[in-house]
Amino acid sequence: MDLTALSISEIRQRLAARKISVEELVRAHFERIAARDGEVRAYLHLSPERALEQARKIDAVVAAGGALPPLAGVPVAVKDVILTRGLRNTCASKILENYVAPYDATAVERLEAAGACILGKTNCDEFAMGSSTENSGFFATHNPHDLTRVPGGSSGGSGAAVAAQMATVALGSDTGGSIRQPAAFCDVVGMMGTYGRVSRYGLVAFASSLDHIGPFGRSVRDVALVLRTIAGRDPRDSTSADVPVPDYEAALDRDVRGLKVGVPREYFAGLNPQIGGNIQAGIDLLGKLGCKIETLSLPHTDYAIGCYYIICTAEASSNLARYDGVRYGFRSPQFDGLRDMYKKTRDRGFGAEVKRRIMLGTYVLSSGYYDAYYLKAQKVRALIARDFVQAFEQVDVIVTPTSPIPPFRLGERVDDPLQMYLADIYTVTASLAGIPGISVPCGRTKGEPRLPVGMQILAKHFDEARLLQVAHAFEKAGGLQVA
Amino acid sequence: MALTEKDVRHVEELAHLELTEDEVKKFVPQLDSILQYMQKLNELDTSQVEPMAQVTYPARENPALRADEPRPMFRQDEALASAPESDAGCFKVPRVIEKE
Repeated sequence: MDLTALSISEIRQRLAARKISVEELVRAHFERIAARDGEVRAYLHLSPERALEQARKIDAVVAAGGALPPLAGVPVAVKDVILTRGLRNTCASKILENYVAPYDATAVERLEAAGACILGKTNCDEFAMGSSTENSGFFATHNPHDLTRVPGGSSGGSGAAVAAQMATVALGSDTGGSIRQPAAFCDVVGMMGTYGRVSRYGLVAFASSLDHIGPFGRSVRDVALVLRTIAGRDPRDSTSADVPVPDYEAALDRDVRGLKVGVPREYFAGLNPQIGGNIQAGIDLLGKLGCKIETLSLPHTDYAIGCYYIICTAEASSNLARYDGVRYGFRSPQFDGLRDMYKKTRDRGFGAEVKRRIMLGTYVLSSGYYDAYYLKAQKVRALIARDFVQAFEQVDVIVTPTSPIPPFRLGERVDDPLQMYLADIYTVTASLAGIPGISVPCGRTKGEPRLPVGMQILAKHFDEARLLQVAHAFEKAGGLQVA
Repeated sequence: MALTEKDVRHVEELAHLELTEDEVKKFVPQLDSILQYMQKLNELDTSQVEPMAQVTYPARENPALRADEPRPMFRQDEALASAPESDAGCFKVPRVIEKE
């Protein structure tokens, strides 16, 4: 039995039946990592002591006949922007290369309290800025389905780890699509909840009004189970929502017949023919399952990228001001006075994309430009959010492609930052509006090589149950292999 | 209005970065094209729109506030553990006030 192919429920059944031990399961995953990660390079650092200590704890509970916690024994990978106490947390940046986290993120605490085993920290774009994981300050991650291609980003390491069975589930972060797009590229399920659904305590901040922590899994059920564990009010994150967390697993098998699915015309105009067929097949399948398909308009879609990149870079320029060599992280060994220390530290510690975004953000917030850019963007954000509010008065969920392009070759798109930004068009809108979104695999492109295509489903605020219900029905009906 | 090297140097100062000549030469056209793209937002009339400064959805009483009671946080040694240089319970940095 391939222990690294098991789902959360399968792990649970086998533990309860004493067919496997958690220690065996964790060791099997480290063996798998040793076998595959040399070429995939999903992980930055591993935490075998921590994982095995947890494994022995859970095995002792099983041996004593105790009740199994909800994620008992589940091997998890955590993106290296989410703090895990006592482990290095680099944000894939040289400026934090030797930084050790002094506390656990709430999401990590909750996973371990539920019995999960943290295998290690995964690679990402530096400070979560990017869509390919090529901006990592250390090395690029490779797509397990085609090693010459990117796994997506910024949570490429987490997506790749789950796809290559080097973890059962993973945590990533999503600011403008950084969970959903790598899920699409790696052919796995990835979800971003409503803003405030999951505590950001312990997530290294990139853009505070857009950041989310969320799960990757190989099935909708696994993603639902992780979300249930990590979601919920946290007094340590004042933006975390005081909204009860429903039983997402129980919601999965609800009938989708009669649900209204919105298809926004702006997301399908000029759609890449390589993936258009897949998404149409996905929509047709939802129709066959009894959903009512309706076209609608999200009229401000075209302004979303401009809006997003003003807001996120502005917030990033503020959030990354703290990396100055004073309290933690890299400090330049040579400098002439305090200001020079800041400048040399930041110049040497940050990569090009991070510098670019700090520059953009500083510019759009600077005196003389604030109104024209930042304030304007905040108003456009309100319009984009309103588009969704109005749409959800008509429909229950909205379906779109996740990415306009299938996974591209490593190095193919590094020279044109604006082109890279434009590829985020289908995912930034949900982040701006604060609504939840999930990406589910939707078959492969035609022709050689056959590359993963993801379909995105969006719902209104705090309607994650609905999202998971539709995604699960789609998966059950064979949607993942459609086209 | 195109972005100039002078603009980039000004922003560099504000952001406490120190770019090389090569970096500046590369960044000017890249940043310029991105900023030009952002001009698109001016197509929209937002004179009647309130800026969306908050994403959170209020629930019941304001859950963000609590009584002002001290709670355990980092110990001093934990807070200093990652410091590049520290001494006597403080972070050590170059002189802050420079003599003219």
